[in-house]
Amino acid sequence: MKISSTKTLVAAIALSLAATSASASGKLSIYHWFEYMPQQVLDDFKAKFDIEVTMDTYDSNESLLASLKAGKIGSYDLAFPGDYMVAIMANQGLLDTYQRSELSNFDNIQKQWIDVEFDKGRKSSIPYQWGTTSFSVNRDVYSGSIDSTAIIFDPPKELRGKINVLDSQGEVLTMASLHLGIPQCSTDRKQLKKLNDLLLSAKAQWASFGSDTAKEVLVSGDAAAGMIYNGYSAKAKEEGANVEYAYPKEGYVAWMDNVVLLRDAPNRASAITFMNYMLEPEVMGKITNFSQYSAGIQGVAPFLTEKLRNSPENNPPASAPVGTFVAVCDEQTQLVYDRIWTNLKK
Amino acid sequence: MATVIAPNSTTAESSNHSSLVGNIRDWLLMPSWLVIGLFLVMPVLMMLVYSFLTKEFRGGVIWEFSLAAYDQFFIDRGLFGDEPIKIEWTYINIFWRSFWQAGLATTFCFLIGFPTAWYIATRTGNSKHIWLFLITIPYWVNLLIRTVSLKFLIRDNGPVNDWLLTLGAISEPLSIINTNLAVQLGLFYSYLPFMVLPIYASVERYNFALSEAAADLYAGRWTILAKIVLPAVKPGIIAGCILVFVPSLGAFLAPDLLGGAKNFMIGSLIEEQFKGNAGNWPFGAAISMILLSMVLVVLTYYARSQTRRENS
Repeated sequence: MKISSTKTLVAAIALSLAATSASASGKLSIYHWFEYMPQQVLDDFKAKFDIEVTMDTYDSNESLLASLKAGKIGSYDLAFPGDYMVAIMANQGLLDTYQRSELSNFDNIQKQWIDVEFDKGRKSSIPYQWGTTSFSVNRDVYSGSIDSTAIIFDPPKELRGKINVLDSQGEVLTMASLHLGIPQCSTDRKQLKKLNDLLLSAKAQWASFGSDTAKEVLVSGDAAAGMIYNGYSAKAKEEGANVEYAYPKEGYVAWMDNVVLLRDAPNRASAITFMNYMLEPEVMGKITNFSQYSAGIQGVAPFLTEKLRNSPENNPPASAPVGTFVAVCDEQTQLVYDRIWTNLKK
Repeated sequence: MATVIAPNSTTAESSNHSSLVGNIRDWLLMPSWLVIGLFLVMPVLMMLVYSFLTKEFRGGVIWEFSLAAYDQFFIDRGLFGDEPIKIEWTYINIFWRSFWQAGLATTFCFLIGFPTAWYIATRTGNSKHIWLFLITIPYWVNLLIRTVSLKFLIRDNGPVNDWLLTLGAISEPLSIINTNLAVQLGLFYSYLPFMVLPIYASVERYNFALSEAAADLYAGRWTILAKIVLPAVKPGIIAGCILVFVPSLGAFLAPDLLGGAKNFMIGSLIEEQFKGNAGNWPFGAAISMILLSMVLVVLTYYARSQTRRENS
C-alpha cells in the first residue's frame, strides 16, 4: 500500500515537472512583486505576441531569494528584484545573461541606468521602476528648512519624539552613513563606532519603527516626520496629510527594481520578447501610471498622467544630489552592521 | 504497513472484546499521531538540528556542525568581534523584557479576569449565557484588526484622549501610544478571554455549599477565599495563566503596532534572523530552542510540584 502510493506520488511529481519544463513556445512564467504589474499590460502582450503569461507574486526581495534557493529556480523565466538583490542573485549564480543585440529596444534605457553598480553594463537585467527613500515632514508641525538628514538624526525641538523610521536595516543605516558622510560597508572602526553612537543618540528622539505603517503614522498624526518612500509620501498627501517630501543635501537612498533573466529559464525566447516589450515607452508609461514611481527608460513622459509628470516627489530639485543605492557588503563587514542594528533595537 | 495489520487483526478476532476495542482506538488515533509527528515533532527536531549547523550568508545553512549560534547568544566579543570575551547581555535582556511583559499581562488578566469569571459563573439562567456571549463577541474579529483599532482609540488625537480632554480630566493628551503601557493594554485586551473562560469553567463546578460550611465554622471571607475557593478553582487559574502567558511571550502584533517596534521582543528577534538583512537561520533556530527549553522547564517544574502535592 505504502509503496504503491509512493509510486503514484513520484509519478505525479514527474508528470507535473514534465508539464512545467516542457518549453512550449507561446508561454512565459514570471515571478513578480504583488500589485506591481497592471493586468492590461499582460493582456496587451498576449494579444500582440500570442504568448500566455502566468504570474506568481512575492512580497519582499528576501522572500524572492529564499523561494528561488528553496528550489523554484528553473520554473520561472523572469523575476523583478531590487538593486542590491540583483547583485546577490548574480553572486549566487541565479541569473542568466543576454546579449545587447537580443534586445532591439536596449538603447531606450536611460544612460545613467546602464552602468549601474549592481549589474555593471546590464548583463542580466533591465530597469523596471525606480524611486527614492528619504523622509517627509508635516508642515503644520515644523515649517523650517528640511533639506538636511539632521531632521531625522538630530531633529529640531518641534519634531523630537515624533519621528518614525523605517524598520529596515539597509535603509536606516545607509541614511545614517550619509548623514555622517562615511562610506557604506566601511571597515574603519572609528567610522563604525561613530555610526553606532549616532544611532543610539538619535533613537532617543524617535517615536517608532515601521515600514508598512510609514504612511499611516504621518496621515494620523502619530508621527510628525518620518522616513518614507517617495511614492508612499505622495499617497500620504493624497490622504490629507500636509507633508513635504525632502531631498536632503547629504544625500538620500535610491532604489531600482529590475527585470532579470533567471538561470534555467524554461521559456528563454519568450522572456527576451517580454524584456524588449518592457523597454517600449508606451508600455512602461502604463506601468508607471499604475505604480506611481519612475521609469528608467527614455520617452515615457508623454504617456504619463499630468499629475505624475509634475509631482514633487518624483522630480528632485536641481540642487539635490543624486540618490545612493544601498551597497552589498561582504560577510565580515555585514556582521558588524548587523551588530549595530541589534544594538539599536536591543 | 500491511504486515503490521495482519497479525493484529487476527488476534483481535480471536481474543477478547476489549483488545478489539483497543485496537480500533489505536487506529482511530493514527491521524492525530501522524499530525502531531509531522507538524509538531518534525519541525522542532528540524529546529534543533538547524541550531547546530553553520550559517550560510544571507539565508540558508551549511551542513557542518557548529556551536556558533549558541556562542552568539551567550558570549559578547564586542562590536568588531575581537575584544576579550564577556557575557552577552543583549539577548538575555530581550528575553527578560519579553518574560516581564508576559508576566505583567498575565497578572492584569488574572486581576480582572477572576472577578469577571466569578460574576458570570454565579449568574443564573439566561443571563449567564448572555455574559459569556458578550465576552466572546469581540474575538470573532481578527486579532490584527482589533490591535489596529486599539491603536486608533488610544492615539494622541484619538477618542479616548478627546473624551478625557472634554471631561476636563486631563489638560494635555496622554501619550500612551508607542509606550510599554500601550503594549500591556494590547496584550491584556488580546488575551483576557483566555483567562476568563477556564476560570469560569472551574468556578461553575465549584460547590458553594463548601463556602457555607466554612462560614458556619467561623471562617472569615478572606480565609474562605484563600483556603477553600482558590484551591478548588486552581486548575482553571493555572490553565488561564498558561493560556495568557505563553502567547504573550511570543506576541509581536502588540509590541510592533502599539509599542512602535523600538525594541526587539523574542518574537521579532527570531523573525529578524529569517527575514532580516543577514539571514542567520541557525541563530534564529537557537533562540527558538532556548525559549522552548525555558518554557518546558517551567511547565515541568509546575507539573512535578502538582503531582507531589497530590501524592502527599
